[in-house]
Amino acid sequence: MTMAAKLRAPGWYRAALSLPIGALVAFAIVAGARALYGWTPVIDGEAITTVALIAMPLAFLVGIGCFDYWFRWASGAPTVPEDHSGHGATSWRDYFRVNTDHKVIGIQYIVTTFVFFMLAGLMAMLIRAELAAPGTQFVDPNTYNGLFSVHASLMIFLFIIPVFAGIANYVIPLMIGAPDMAFPRLNALSFWMLPMAGIMMLASFFAPGGAFATGWTAYAPLSTDTPLGQTFFTIAVQFAGASSIATALNFLVTIITMRAPGLTFFRMPLLVWANFTTSLLVVIATPFIAGSQFFLLLDRALGTEFFQVANGGDVIMYQHVFWFYSHPAVYIMMLPGFGIISEVISANARKPIFGYRMMAFSLVAIVILGFTVWAHHMFVSGMASWLRVPMMITTMLIAVPTGIKIFSWLATLWRGVIHLTTPMLFALGFITMFTLGGISGIMLAVIPVVIHVSDTYFVVAHIHYVLFGGSVFTIFAGIYSGSRR
Amino acid sequence: MRKHPLAQMLVIGTIASILGVILALAIDWFPPQGSASARDIDTLYDVLMIVSVPIFVLVMTVAIYSVVKFRARPGDQSDGAPIHGNTKLEVVWVTIPFLIVSALAFYGWVVLDDIERPQPNTMVVDVTGQQFAWSFEYPQPGGAEPVQSNELVLPVNRPVDFNIQALDVIHSFWVPAFRLKSDAVPGIETTYRVTPDVEGTYDVVCAELCGLGHATMRQSVRVVPEEEFTSWLAQRKEEAAPAAGAAQGTGPDEGAAPSGEDQQAPPSDQPEAGTEGASSGGSEPVG
Repeated sequence: MTMAAKLRAPGWYRAALSLPIGALVAFAIVAGARALYGWTPVIDGEAITTVALIAMPLAFLVGIGCFDYWFRWASGAPTVPEDHSGHGATSWRDYFRVNTDHKVIGIQYIVTTFVFFMLAGLMAMLIRAELAAPGTQFVDPNTYNGLFSVHASLMIFLFIIPVFAGIANYVIPLMIGAPDMAFPRLNALSFWMLPMAGIMMLASFFAPGGAFATGWTAYAPLSTDTPLGQTFFTIAVQFAGASSIATALNFLVTIITMRAPGLTFFRMPLLVWANFTTSLLVVIATPFIAGSQFFLLLDRALGTEFFQVANGGDVIMYQHVFWFYSHPAVYIMMLPGFGIISEVISANARKPIFGYRMMAFSLVAIVILGFTVWAHHMFVSGMASWLRVPMMITTMLIAVPTGIKIFSWLATLWRGVIHLTTPMLFALGFITMFTLGGISGIMLAVIPVVIHVSDTYFVVAHIHYVLFGGSVFTIFAGIYSGSRR
Repeated sequence: MRKHPLAQMLVIGTIASILGVILALAIDWFPPQGSASARDIDTLYDVLMIVSVPIFVLVMTVAIYSVVKFRARPGDQSDGAPIHGNTKLEVVWVTIPFLIVSALAFYGWVVLDDIERPQPNTMVVDVTGQQFAWSFEYPQPGGAEPVQSNELVLPVNRPVDFNIQALDVIHSFWVPAFRLKSDAVPGIETTYRVTPDVEGTYDVVCAELCGLGHATMRQSVRVVPEEEFTSWLAQRKEEAAPAAGAAQGTGPDEGAAPSGEDQQAPPSDQPEAGTEGASSGGSEPVG
């Protein structure tokens, strides 16, 4: 293939060419608009970076070939069937291309997310090293705030949420007897948006003023007047969020329409149920964080005043919109793990899962209740105070479906023939840690206690019990049991 | 031991629960108690611990017991008992957790109601958070110039309402010894009330990440006897006196703020402390 042909064909060459084109487009848009308005300076670095953060990833996605089929189809040109469909990968190079095979995409997801897991984990170690003694050890306060913010954002948006999407991508079509996902090209696009988001979050360390340093919650108005790094977060979340929404839609359609004949809903494995309910959560909730970050972006980039109280902005609104996503997000990060644990325990205790129907219903109950509890993150935020007690009650009620799950796992162990394989050990570790996380979660619903412990390490500990001892253990259990097959 | 497995687990679980509860109660979890609400909240926390430990022990006992008792012998490829469910058991483990969390929620609600109940003889302190310091204002009766201070001093055993504001970003006004906090939010006024009842000096902490200097946004509150507070206030007032020759007359809106029942966020900046001063005014030097 000649160089010119390589630059025309989808792939890394064209992607490498399209990246600078994306940057140029951003430059032209900003400089052109500013010149037309007569603003000085015409060339504004921050504005160009902001637009480039949107344009360059899109240009990369076009270059690597995510949109080729659709462009051809839309323009009436003969479409080129993607050459890997149906056979997956024949060499390691196929994992670095836009590939529509669900197993390849699953592995792409898992490997990519584990890279970010490692990076975010190293950041956690830096944080702990910094905290080893009072005062400053290794990093200055701004870098420190950046480290824990990027750590959290990577772990949440680039590891736990997408690694579950990766595992599900690999196993769901196999479990329901489907040839592939319902929308393979959308599936590929979903994957390729992820590294964009992750690289953007990491790149924020090189932005003037350092990485975004407002926590993963990016509360306004702190986040509207911090340096440029914040914009990297705001836009990265859009890419990660779009990726998650597209994948969730894909799972929903696949699970609803592509089950093998006879595989009714109440015969689906619990892992499929778990991903079905998770996808419902994603599709309904994720647009809200996209909204919250668009508000921020508009405030930062275009001078809107959603959160500028001097001009009628409302900063509590940010928290409501943010947590309306971010509480369900906790279940987005947990339900797929529940599915994995159900499979692992049942397989390694050589027993059917105990109380299958209740296990499925409890997932649905968590989805519904999960949307009614967001304000328990805001008990001291100054929101309407009447909202606290109802949210306390709904939050505590989630203990009931969660309890059903834990007790049913225990009952599945009971009188089984228990093989203590590696996945099983992780599953047992999960039950221990997740019970602790769940119990501390009950405490974090009781308003008077929360008034004291909110914004403290009590909350940090709770979320790490749930996400590390909980979700990450289920991921390990899933990866180990998958790799043994 | 040829006992019934349930009896065996019950004995082990009870012993472990008792030990766990003793340990949980022996640990000194929280900073010193500086208010009645702190005691209420600590008791609530202890109750939560007493309920939580047996639940954790229950899960662990069943899990460990199963793993020990039902572990496969080497080479065992048989299946476990074909149990698909047990409706009675499932009803039990839906009902009991439901009852437990309902009871805890109710108890939590009662405590919340207690710590937020309006008190007689309340004084008002306006708290303002900004990057990276707290400042305090003591509104004076009769529309006099409020007393400003960078130090929070409170008379012991006197209920106080904090009206909390922020100038720039969100902060959170937290006195760990009182167990109470509320965000300081730009654009709105938040509030909480507390009755400090133990003299001493406690930390005032900003609990909401507010920028680079967040970690340094720490001050202290001195809870002192009423007389000491009165003289401190008088001294503060004298220091500020040259500037304040302000009108002593009653504010026009004084009648609009009926005394007593509700301390929630007055819309105007004008402190309505004068309306509260009726019973306490005698002890304060009226300027």
